[in-house]
Amino acid sequence: MQIYLPIAEVAVNALVLIGLGGIVGLMSGLFGVGGGFLITPLLFFIGIPPAIAVATGANQVVASSVSGVLAHVKRKTVDFRMGWVLLAGGLVGSSAGVLLFNLLSRLGQVDLVVQLCYVVFLGLIGAMMLQESLGALRRARRSGPVKPMRRHQHGWVHRWPWKMKFRASGLYISAIPVLLVGAAVGVLGAIMGVGGGFIMVPAMIYLLGMPTKVVIGTSLFQITFLSAYTTLMHAVSSNTVDVMLAVLLIVGGVTGAQIGTHLGARLRAEQLRILLALLVLAVCGKLALDLFLRPDELYSITPGVLR
Amino acid sequence: MIRGALFLLAALVLPGLPLHAQAAPDPAPAPAPPAEQIVAGLSREDVEITTSFDGSEIIIYGAIKRETAIPPDEALDVIVTLEGPAQALTVRHKERRAGIWINTSQVSIGAAPSFYVVATTRPLYLILTPAQDQSHRISIPLAMRAFAGPMEVEDAVPYTEALIRLRQANGFYRQDEGAVRLAEQTLFRADVRLPANLVEGVYSTRIFLLRQGRIIDTFRAPIDVRKVGLERWLYRLALEQPFIYGIMSLAIAVAAGWGASAAFRLIRRP
Repeated sequence: MQIYLPIAEVAVNALVLIGLGGIVGLMSGLFGVGGGFLITPLLFFIGIPPAIAVATGANQVVASSVSGVLAHVKRKTVDFRMGWVLLAGGLVGSSAGVLLFNLLSRLGQVDLVVQLCYVVFLGLIGAMMLQESLGALRRARRSGPVKPMRRHQHGWVHRWPWKMKFRASGLYISAIPVLLVGAAVGVLGAIMGVGGGFIMVPAMIYLLGMPTKVVIGTSLFQITFLSAYTTLMHAVSSNTVDVMLAVLLIVGGVTGAQIGTHLGARLRAEQLRILLALLVLAVCGKLALDLFLRPDELYSITPGVLR
Repeated sequence: MIRGALFLLAALVLPGLPLHAQAAPDPAPAPAPPAEQIVAGLSREDVEITTSFDGSEIIIYGAIKRETAIPPDEALDVIVTLEGPAQALTVRHKERRAGIWINTSQVSIGAAPSFYVVATTRPLYLILTPAQDQSHRISIPLAMRAFAGPMEVEDAVPYTEALIRLRQANGFYRQDEGAVRLAEQTLFRADVRLPANLVEGVYSTRIFLLRQGRIIDTFRAPIDVRKVGLERWLYRLALEQPFIYGIMSLAIAVAAGWGASAAFRLIRRP
């Protein structure tokens, strides 16, 4: 079933788009990542112009995150206070990221920077998570499931001033690292054209010491607002949001997100983290191969003329 | 037609390139060619892009009107071109630097047609002289107009070749030799398939009538390709009221997300 997209000016198969949205929605519900790091490259692959893929991807992330966050609110696994503080940092970071992105495109080589960012961040995070969660799984197996879980480690970030009580997370920590995590995710999200959940989730677990159960709902909460902001910026500044494309992705996405959220409640936290780590490493490996292997076609066409 | 760009190069460097026997210069003082004219029509003068638009077929047909008898032993050929609106674009080239493949150089092209088809009765090199090709810009390499901005590379030919190669692989540029059917040296017809990924704008059709490699008559007609209905409404809203459009996109996203959440609660609660 072919459908013509009014802004992208391409005709694509509607069922492929719904299926694509479904897979990414499943990831979103399962891991609390927005799925932007998957949807954007997948849209490139089926022939959507990159600028439109990035902007419309953000719109789709809004829908799947709303769907996911509502399910988490029902299960009381959202730390709203933490979410708002992260969002405050995120909005500042996102605006700065857009400026940085424009600077990079004026210097040229923005594609390379984006790709290198993906490889470095995905590789680091994936390896860290895999090592940690495999270790946790081994420990849990050796000592049995009765072993009490440690709430959180007191690291150097917990000694900073400006302490706030985050009751849902059971944390009493400084607001500064929370704002910094939010801002860093905002910057990277804007440069890489993603929601940034795949960076924020590990940062919340390992840097802030939040319990895994609360991390996913809170991350989705922040991503919802941050990607809404990004969508609006794209729509106003470059007219690159294709609502027809978004609706098709959303239909698949919201369904996938619901299934993912309920599936996630049944899986164990360690298993969930191993799965996410493997996924992150797979995407990283693919991007690294693209950088190192000789491409089939050395030439590429991009619309518009460099100034 | 990778050779096409080489042909362009040859045409630029060697204007007096010897031609195939069929298209050779006229033998001495031949009598003036008889007045022959194209009378043509299109199966449709506009293409409407609807939501379910899946490409379109255009039939370009016509007849050759002449006052005198058909001249014997002189090849008659027809070339039909269909050209989409021009776009500016950049062709980039990757090279290996420090182990990774990165874009190192680029050529900016000011105007390249978004779509271009050349349909002919016989292979193009048999029926068209390079000089005539130059002046009417018929073959695919010549359809590219201008380079934009300062040239960073010494030789732009590999870049234009790559552009043509990539666009031909996607079906946006086509050279359909033998696709024009000519009956009794009088009636002709070409069926041109427009792909689903059409860009909006005015497409131009050209028909050339050739005798012995020389163009003796030309016919032009526009085809208006435009979005209609929902497609048009969304497109205009996105361009003219981007803030409202953005809010609308977000509202749809939030409603869909909430709707799915509510629906699943109903399903889960028996």
